[in-house]
Amino acid sequence: MTTTEIGAVPYDPYNLGRGQPDLSPGHGAGGPASKRVIVAYGFWIFLLSDIILFSAFFASYAVLSGQTAGGPSGREIFDLRNVGVETACLLLSSFTCGMSALAAGARNKPAFHAALLVTFALGAVFLTLELREFAGLVAAGNGPQRSAFLSAFFALVGCHGLHVTAGMLWLLTMIAQVFAKGFRADMLRRVLCFNLFWHALDIIWVAVFTVVYLLGAGP
Amino acid sequence: MTETFTDDHAGRGDSAPGDERLDGSGVAQGVLGYLLGLILAAGLTAASFYVAASHLIWHPGIPAALVALAVAQMGVHLVFFLHITTGPESTNNVLALAFGVLIVFLLLAGTMFIMSSLTHTTMPLDQVMSMQR
Amino acid sequence: MLGKLSWAAIPFDQPIPMAASAMMIAVIAGVVLLIVLKGWLPYLWREWITSVDHKRIGVMYCLLALVMLLRGFADAIMMRSQQALAFHSAGYLPPEHYNQVFSAHGTIMIFFVGMTFMVGLMNFAVPLQLGIRDVAFPTLNSVSFWLTATGVLLTNVSLVVGEFARTGWIPYPPLSELAYSPGVGVDYWLWALTISGIGTLLSGINLVVTILKMRAPGMTYLRMPMFCWTALASNLLIVAAFPILTATSAMLLLDRYLGFHFFTNEAGGNVMMFMNLIWAWGHPEVYILILPAFGVFSEVISTFSGKPLFGYRSMVMATMAICILAFMVWLHHFFTMGAGGNVNAVFGIMTMIIAVPTGVKVFNWLFTLFGGRIRYSTPVLWSIGFMVTFVIGGMTGVLMAIPPADFVLHNSLFLVAHFHNVVIGGVLFGAFAGYTYWFPKAFGFRLDERWGTAAFWFWLVGFYVAFMPLYYLGLLGMTRRLQHYDVAAWRPWLLVAAAGAGLIAIGILCQVMQLIVSIRHRRPLRDRTGDPWNGRSLEWATASPPPAFNFALLPDVTGEEPYWSMKQTAIERQQLRPEPAYEAIEAPRNTPTGFVCAFFATATGFALIWYIWWMVALGLLGAFATFVAFAWRDRADYVISSAEVAELDRANRAARRVALVDLPEGFQ
Repeated sequence: MTTTEIGAVPYDPYNLGRGQPDLSPGHGAGGPASKRVIVAYGFWIFLLSDIILFSAFFASYAVLSGQTAGGPSGREIFDLRNVGVETACLLLSSFTCGMSALAAGARNKPAFHAALLVTFALGAVFLTLELREFAGLVAAGNGPQRSAFLSAFFALVGCHGLHVTAGMLWLLTMIAQVFAKGFRADMLRRVLCFNLFWHALDIIWVAVFTVVYLLGAGP
Repeated sequence: MTETFTDDHAGRGDSAPGDERLDGSGVAQGVLGYLLGLILAAGLTAASFYVAASHLIWHPGIPAALVALAVAQMGVHLVFFLHITTGPESTNNVLALAFGVLIVFLLLAGTMFIMSSLTHTTMPLDQVMSMQR
Repeated sequence: MLGKLSWAAIPFDQPIPMAASAMMIAVIAGVVLLIVLKGWLPYLWREWITSVDHKRIGVMYCLLALVMLLRGFADAIMMRSQQALAFHSAGYLPPEHYNQVFSAHGTIMIFFVGMTFMVGLMNFAVPLQLGIRDVAFPTLNSVSFWLTATGVLLTNVSLVVGEFARTGWIPYPPLSELAYSPGVGVDYWLWALTISGIGTLLSGINLVVTILKMRAPGMTYLRMPMFCWTALASNLLIVAAFPILTATSAMLLLDRYLGFHFFTNEAGGNVMMFMNLIWAWGHPEVYILILPAFGVFSEVISTFSGKPLFGYRSMVMATMAICILAFMVWLHHFFTMGAGGNVNAVFGIMTMIIAVPTGVKVFNWLFTLFGGRIRYSTPVLWSIGFMVTFVIGGMTGVLMAIPPADFVLHNSLFLVAHFHNVVIGGVLFGAFAGYTYWFPKAFGFRLDERWGTAAFWFWLVGFYVAFMPLYYLGLLGMTRRLQHYDVAAWRPWLLVAAAGAGLIAIGILCQVMQLIVSIRHRRPLRDRTGDPWNGRSLEWATASPPPAFNFALLPDVTGEEPYWSMKQTAIERQQLRPEPAYEAIEAPRNTPTGFVCAFFATATGFALIWYIWWMVALGLLGAFATFVAFAWRDRADYVISSAEVAELDRANRAARRVALVDLPEGFQ
């Protein structure tokens, strides 16, 4: 196999001709990929497994959502205004999180820290609203022990909330790290992974507000 | 091996999920992409909330409409925030995503198929329990 | 202060667990004492416990699995002897203890023998076969291993402190709910499996990324050895299935700890959803176990037949088909649950379909053997034993895939015989084949053939004597998990089965002897060439044992079976390829992160089981601190100088030259 042959092959980005093996690294015959690709791809696979974890909770919610056992149904307890504000917070935080990635790409420390702190603040508002909703339900006697529907609801939404909490902890750690160590290659990889994580959480939230809140509160 | 192929950002390269190929005016272009994503996602979210609360859509069609809007919004997030493309450099990322989506689909559809059939054919368990008392 | 924990948790009044745990503690204390007295502790800490080398971690996985095999087999012997004795009598194991024994047996054998062994083999062999220096995330690999060890430790601690689950190897509610299992047994199961499950998930991610993103230059997908393909499929299944187990365990934990109503009988909970979810993980789990074994057999059969694998592409297709189909059959574990006929029919048919790719594989192995010059070494014996046994087990499986037949056979000993038939005949034989096959690569000397052959025959015959009667007993109507019985017709068959377990015990003894004898005779058994079996894939291109960096230069792969073609070229040209220009290599530094993390995980798990909340907080804080400390480090790599690389590789080349160029006829 010589490289000159490969250079002579006409442009065939999708390798449809299958004349030559794909020689880009990490992608066919090109040898190991770069560290950045390996780390991000590993985290990507982890996120897929995490989404499957959520799908198990979604499946149980779908099965149990009608089992109110004489307790309240979704329509009686969901406050869509609250959910709307939560959604807005997460969506905006996804945007600011993206800004932090761009700032890291431009090696702009103040902008990076500002973007992440705003992301943290928005996440905190989201969590506060969610906890207030949970506390209100529990105080009204509609805690997860009340019915299978409420169990599934608390577990599913709580699991997402737990992920947001973990993300915020990660975010703070990363702010401190970049502050102390600057934009090293490994820090940039972590910023990329954090971005993936935060955006994936937002995608899951889209499923949550649609399936749980909008369909649950709907007619 | 020629230089073209060892470079990550070459035409047939391999990109990390979430990494964006910015050419030329880097940051501004990036901000624009995120802004576009934000606007589209916000619009779809607003549409979801509006559809759920109004009589815009025929009543029994609302769940289908909400699911369609949610899927669309997930697509927007994937494209504008996670920078998933159809290009060859992200084939592996898309394949992994497709595998995950397939498993999610199998788990959800299988569970609903099995459990709904069960609900139709068997007596609820609390009733069985009360009969045994 | 100590939650539910008190002196009453230790079963002083029961002689059997006390004696067993006393023996276990004595053995562990003896080993630790020996290590400390001989001054091996620093070596062990430096070279093994903190190691991030995939080969070391793979070896530790396999060692852990072998030790757990002894523990799980002790449980098996207890069950067989109990059932042999308990005809019209109570036997010697009281029911509450017997129930723990069969639960522990299943849990240990599946998670800590089967899974652990397979993950160990994949860890060891996959990077070598792909021609690379380590897995994608070496430190994460160490964390995975130590989290598995945490699960093992918690499971075994339950023998001394408290009790283990009495609910069977997967804790079906409502029996496993707090109302019916108020003890800590189910909590031990749940936390041990959740923690080790996280470890398995991480190692699955690690190997998927390794296989998809790190192959040596020129190693396209269709040039990967079969074992790498099956490892890919198996790890994809791990990534996709283990989150379901985690979620299901979490739901049961929420039920037990916080009074949720997922699987309770009250307040709308749905017991059947547990069966549904746990088997959505449980069926892929079966293929997670068996696929790597299929890969081992493919490697072994092709190597020892001296032929390329027959139908390589169809094998790849079959493997990936199984990988997807594995997620479409889970209902066949609970046909009798009460779902409608259409549901049962769909899943019955899917189950029969999944037998097709497996059949493809069996034929491919047969045709690989056909016309080959077969050397009947121990790995081949295990492979042939597997093919015969597994086909029988597969056929009884297809039989039970027919829902009406399953209604008769469900929960009977026929089922028990079936899954032992595939798990012992498939997974365990595969593990032993791989163990014998790669042992010389890992340690530099072969295992003794005579003891190996003896072990094989005792295992094979013992298996048939122990489990064929169980098929018949199932047809006679004997259900599983019986602590005592009074049907006279069952008695003789149970005695035969107990004798079979005795034969297997001799087989295991032979394996222990094999290891001891081989270590003592390691000089005559030394593998000097690095290629003791005339192998075909890249792991045989390095020295035995391989240097820390595996390959001085990443091999340039130009076709299938790269090492075979390298050898042929060398023999043809009567010379090796020219010596490359050696460069310094950066290798990941060892780190205690995995071990420390597992320490905190153990503390957290134990504290959760016993409701010691301050310790839970401390454990979680410790784990987080460990991660931050790891993330803060500045130097991740150390450098192996080019002189050292050159020296090691020149020695390897010298051995190859002797084998290939100076004495080529020995390899023809």
